[in-house]
Amino acid sequence: MTRYRARVRVMPRTTILDPQGQAVSHALGELGFAGVADVRVGRAVELLLDAPTPDAARDGALAMCARLLANPVTEDYVLETVEPAP
Amino acid sequence: MKVAVVRFPGSNCDADALAAAQAAGAEAEFVWHRSTDLGGADVVVLPGGFCYGDYLRPGAIARFSPVMRAVAAHASAGRPVLGICNGFQVLCEAQLLPGALVRNGGLSFVCRMITLRVESEATPFTARYQQGQRLRMPVAHGDGRYVADEATLDRLEREGRVVFRYVEGNPNGAMRDIAGITNEGRNVVGLMPHPERAAEALLGSNDGAAMFALAAVAAGV
Repeated sequence: MTRYRARVRVMPRTTILDPQGQAVSHALGELGFAGVADVRVGRAVELLLDAPTPDAARDGALAMCARLLANPVTEDYVLETVEPAP
Repeated sequence: MKVAVVRFPGSNCDADALAAAQAAGAEAEFVWHRSTDLGGADVVVLPGGFCYGDYLRPGAIARFSPVMRAVAAHASAGRPVLGICNGFQVLCEAQLLPGALVRNGGLSFVCRMITLRVESEATPFTARYQQGQRLRMPVAHGDGRYVADEATLDRLEREGRVVFRYVEGNPNGAMRDIAGITNEGRNVVGLMPHPERAAEALLGSNDGAAMFALAAVAAGV
């Protein structure tokens, strides 16, 4: 078994209004940051996984996304990295 | 008739729901979320609150509580399940109801009296209302904006499964002003407003009391 660190990014689906992103976008404008065309706020999840292979860690992380970490109705997820944990 | 009010860690409208059920003449008791059975209840209520602190997403963790297997079995047997506010969120996460409840459009937590219109009386919880009837009851939520894809929304409308709609103002930006829906079997109902907080005149409205008066349920209606 090796310990892997998996990073998952969960984002609100583009078809769904993201009021958090809009509020942040508005605040950035108030602070004088120009040229912010859009902001969306999602969630990053870091998992430490014990698995025999990187593929097994990857499969595990994806299954966790589908079952719990993301809502299939409103969110999309990306498994960004799977690497041996330091 | 026996009502089970499920308590999750973070439920906070459980006592109100129990009181409303008792006031309607039911025998009612709490069922802890670790329980694997519902104590022979005829009706299950998932109350409002912030179970598991709304961590990850409201209802996302609670839906895997042991009691939810029993709730799903109860629902698939065609028996009545009512989810109020956080309970509605749990039912959606558990896929016992379609769609999802996301952050309010205006980002603010909304806590005030609102007006609902009864869109369907064909559920055990709305049988004592009349279609088109307007009800006053409070909302109190930060994540109450009902969303679903267009095909799902069209299907809900076509099948008469939108049970409640906000009128005179939509407090959270819910798609098509949807405040409450039901499943295909019409035995599972979820709504964001709080009927248990409008169950006697002293609370400012008793329009919610009839939702707990399910005399017909024990007879299998």
